[in-house]
Amino acid sequence: MKNGPGRSGLIMDEPLLWEKGKKGRNGMSIPESDVPAAALADELCGEGPDFPDLSEVEVVRHYTRLSQWNFGVDTGMYPLGSCTMKYNPKINEKHAGAEEITSAHPLLDDEYCQGTLRIIYELQNFLAEITGLDAVSVQPAAGAHGELAGMLIFDAYHQNKGKKRSKILMPDTAHGTNPASAALCGYKPVPIKSGERGILDVEQIRELMDEETAGIMITNPNTLGLFEENIREIAEIVHEKGGLVYGDGANMNAIMGIVDLKKCGVDVLHLNLHKTFSTPHGGGGPGAGPVCVVEELKKFLPSPRVDFDGSTYKQVEDTASIGRMHGFHGNYGVLVRAFCYILTMGAEYLEKASQYAVLNASYVKVKLKDHLHLAYDRPCMHEAVFSDKNQQENNVSTLDIAKRLMDCGYHPPTIYFPLVVPGAIMIEPTETESLEELDTFIEVVKKIVKEAETDPDLLHNSPSRFKVKRLDETQAARNPCLCG
Amino acid sequence: MKEVHELNLPEDVRYTKDHEWAKLTGDTIKIGISDYAQDQMGDIVFVEMPDVGDTFEEGDEFGTLESVKAVSELYIPVGGEVVAINEELEDTPELLNQDPYGGWIVEIKPKDTQEIEQLFDRDAYLGVLKDE
Repeated sequence: MKNGPGRSGLIMDEPLLWEKGKKGRNGMSIPESDVPAAALADELCGEGPDFPDLSEVEVVRHYTRLSQWNFGVDTGMYPLGSCTMKYNPKINEKHAGAEEITSAHPLLDDEYCQGTLRIIYELQNFLAEITGLDAVSVQPAAGAHGELAGMLIFDAYHQNKGKKRSKILMPDTAHGTNPASAALCGYKPVPIKSGERGILDVEQIRELMDEETAGIMITNPNTLGLFEENIREIAEIVHEKGGLVYGDGANMNAIMGIVDLKKCGVDVLHLNLHKTFSTPHGGGGPGAGPVCVVEELKKFLPSPRVDFDGSTYKQVEDTASIGRMHGFHGNYGVLVRAFCYILTMGAEYLEKASQYAVLNASYVKVKLKDHLHLAYDRPCMHEAVFSDKNQQENNVSTLDIAKRLMDCGYHPPTIYFPLVVPGAIMIEPTETESLEELDTFIEVVKKIVKEAETDPDLLHNSPSRFKVKRLDETQAARNPCLCG
Repeated sequence: MKEVHELNLPEDVRYTKDHEWAKLTGDTIKIGISDYAQDQMGDIVFVEMPDVGDTFEEGDEFGTLESVKAVSELYIPVGGEVVAINEELEDTPELLNQDPYGGWIVEIKPKDTQEIEQLFDRDAYLGVLKDE
């Protein structure tokens, strides 16, 4: 039986930088000062900052060791559902690191940075083509920031029509950022319960949608990994009452180049370049959350966008723009990486990536559904949501299973989300993993399910192979110690 | 997690479908969460409470609970005005896990003390739990 890539081995210990080094030790020799000494004003004098005194090799070893305690998609499989932790091709880094790009000053006039603007312009066009929508702004810095831009556009649209609306429909499978973004714009989220099949029920929306409601926020496929089959009918109901449809593109990796969102009735959509378009992700970003809209809403897009008149690329502001969402050109380095990904993949292989992402998740779902409880036994898209229901009799929880997976060499999946599935275990393998990797992962999960019956304490005491063992999350949340 | 028969469900409080409890003493009502709710949520790490003087209609959200697993809204079982909040919970939210019925969250002066009669008694609440 396979154990997965996790093995025990030597883990180098490493103290804090302040616990290392010796007074006066230095990483470099600074030339003797030939500037005559002069008195400083008293208010500028005082104790200097408390820097550690270290040699170069001490610093290099420190950070190398810390990096070895880390786990990333370059280390192993990272099936963190809803996050699309796909591999980040190194060619993206090469181009984003090119001197022509890194040295371009953000305050250059348009005429001196035609190349950097062209990348934004072409990326806007690619994203429009991939989603089916008409116009794009690449300003927002991340997914939730894109949602906020989208909700500001909703608000601008309704104000422009002469009537502010007060509510917004919110499926109970939504990411928590959705109601938060809507609430920031003054909307009261109205929760919608998902129907029995795990997707939205048209009748409920017909009942709740009224002329006080600005629209609906839909993630498709939703966070259960299920395709919202009724999206067109739902969009019609919302449009009939003068509302707009927001598409949360967090799960775009399932439908890239396959589903035309405009035809689905979506008016505003954000994309997560750091999910779907392979830019680095995790550890806090930076990400990028471009917002895409239908023609009618183009005039509200965040500014500036880049336009092309046949000879020059120019930064432009749309007539009724909601304004800036970010300094300068957005998270430009991230945009370059996504642009590179799209160019290297091409239309055909972007579509294939989505197909493989769905195939991989479906394979995991089918292979594991007799071992872990499957919340909704239906064809899934890019992720499958299991739960700890079958393990409860042995007092083994989702948390224990996730921790044991770490010991076996995998990043844990997303757990306890979506909230509609108690004890959820959300697995998204992405297209990155090969059949052999998937098979090993599946074998490991099966092994853990057996261990849950035969040796529950092994799971309760996991992880045991790491620098730190099971952390006391409760204590960490109740009494956080943030100052070393 | 506890089986239904292992839950502590006292007779002298009333329950809601959202797993809050309410108890009338004199002309005020104390409100907290049931043993089932604290067990499902796991270790509670933060309680967000309303201000004294806030008024709520029955079913309004009056605060949130944060556990290591999730954040949940609290819904008021009976409408009224908040006359006290359990300030102990600010530093020791674990009281809700340790003693869910001693660890009340808010005390309200209800508009109508009779409203509490509409809530589930122990047996009816047990029925709700068995269906979950």
